[in-house]
Amino acid sequence: MTDSATQAAAPAVQTAGARPGRLPRLVRATLRWAGVLPFGAYVALGLAAPTIAIAIGAFQDSDTGAASLSNIDTAVHGVYLTGLKTSIFLSVATAIVPGIFGLLIAYAIFTAKRGNILRRVVMTASGVFANFGGVPLAFLFIATLSTTGVVTGWIKDVFNGFNIWNHGFTLYDFRGIFLVYMYFQIPLMVLVILPALEGLRPAWREAAQNMGAGTWQYWRYVGGPVLLPSFLGCLLLLFGSAFSAYATAEALTGGTISLTPIQIGALLNGNVLAGQENLGYALGLIMIVIIAIIMALYTMLQRRAARWLR
Amino acid sequence: MATVASVSTGAEAPTPVRPAAARRTFPVWRWVILIIAAAYFLIPLYAGLKFAGLKAFTQVTSYPQFGSAFVLSLRLALIATVLTLVLMVPTTVYVHLRLPRIRRLMEAITILPIVIPPIVLIIGVLKVAPGFLIGTPDMLGLEYVILAMPFAYRSLDAGLRSFDVKTLVEASNSLGAGWPTTLWRVVMPNLRTAILSATVLTVALVLGEYTMASLDNFQTFPVWIVNFEQASGPVSTAASLLALFVTWILLMLIVTVGSRSARKRGGAQVQLFSVATQTRQTVGDPE
Repeated sequence: MTDSATQAAAPAVQTAGARPGRLPRLVRATLRWAGVLPFGAYVALGLAAPTIAIAIGAFQDSDTGAASLSNIDTAVHGVYLTGLKTSIFLSVATAIVPGIFGLLIAYAIFTAKRGNILRRVVMTASGVFANFGGVPLAFLFIATLSTTGVVTGWIKDVFNGFNIWNHGFTLYDFRGIFLVYMYFQIPLMVLVILPALEGLRPAWREAAQNMGAGTWQYWRYVGGPVLLPSFLGCLLLLFGSAFSAYATAEALTGGTISLTPIQIGALLNGNVLAGQENLGYALGLIMIVIIAIIMALYTMLQRRAARWLR
Repeated sequence: MATVASVSTGAEAPTPVRPAAARRTFPVWRWVILIIAAAYFLIPLYAGLKFAGLKAFTQVTSYPQFGSAFVLSLRLALIATVLTLVLMVPTTVYVHLRLPRIRRLMEAITILPIVIPPIVLIIGVLKVAPGFLIGTPDMLGLEYVILAMPFAYRSLDAGLRSFDVKTLVEASNSLGAGWPTTLWRVVMPNLRTAILSATVLTVALVLGEYTMASLDNFQTFPVWIVNFEQASGPVSTAASLLALFVTWILLMLIVTVGSRSARKRGGAQVQLFSVATQTRQTVGDPE
């Protein structure tokens, strides 16, 4: 650990003029922490306080402010339970499908012959597309696949006036959102899985080949097991990204789809009934708990992945 | 979707030498995947351009409230960027020099704004914020600092790792420079790329942020696009594409400047995304 060395050297450097050795230990320790005080205060006010307020609000009655479990109870029943289920199902679907597709793209550019150019293009594009979500994305897909959309028109032209909207397709429900979310989930996957792919040592493959392993055997017994924790970790990240997304679904469906973030938005905007803020806090708390579980699993998987990939 | 960035130091990422055998595998399969992907990603862009039409682009700026929404977004971007830099640059440098053992803690804290859904964060903020702040758009700016924190911290942290900050600071001090001089004339110039990417990512984040702004009932640029859709679909689409291109240009700027400075110095290379990479690097980090 180089930390302790830095630790020992640094104070002597910065406060050479102030003769820190003369100050009592406690004062020195306090002074040292003073440097992170502004940051700490900002985080406490802007991040911790709101989160704690939500946790408290979730257990308060909207009218009286007394302690109550009714908000949590409402949040896990009826339409809100449906919303939560839909949210989780959507997030699982938009983690797995783009996850697999993203892995394939990442592997394709990883093995690309003229790696450098193709790879740089794909990586830059991924960086850009992964950061692209929300309102503009929703509008692009409306232009593409709405009843008057460009691709809808193409399909009509090619298949003798076949209108997908008359045959069960719609952009404004679960399927539409799934299609749109892939647009930022796939590049996200490419970006997060590529470092893991790069961590696969060519030497392992050569060693496997020397011992007579084919491609399938290499992936089954070497590459696959080494990559699996990273892959699952990336899927969790994708789950989290889809689960928290609000803007895209809101702009696409105008808030008509029952997803938990949309429901929270509706409750807090006063679109439902006045005095239901605390139900919103309860839903928010449930989201935080689910995300916390996901992140805990993610950390575990990352630790496991780090055993081989570094 | 949040904007995310990290800077990975070139030394930590060895370029693997690919075996000749792997290069020849699955050429057809590879092209099929890439062509499908290209179609999926490019067709909506084309559709957007076609749907909006050229006329809509010229009309965007003349539509009601466009000006005020855009100015509000720019103002929020300015507030958030200045505050983020003023708060995060000294803190990150300080942590590196004086409190390196809390770097893990800093990383854990600064990842939280990505993890906590913005929709949840904003309802909490609206609950606790004092009355004099709730009525003003500045509260959004203050909260965007929190949202930008993960990207700013990661950029700056990676930037600080890419050069020997301790030795430089020691040298500067032994030549008689005080703290402010050292920070301004020694540390900052070395952090130029990191500060640039922190700035660009914060600006991109603020210009595209919809969730918090709409819940706070302020008509920023993205909120305006949605509100305006009822009036004119093509104009909204044109505005979306404009927003998109501006963001792209900003992001490409970091990549270009970042990789140029990386080539020059062999130091930090900027990547546009990667919470995961960063976490992985820290796990395996010998420090």
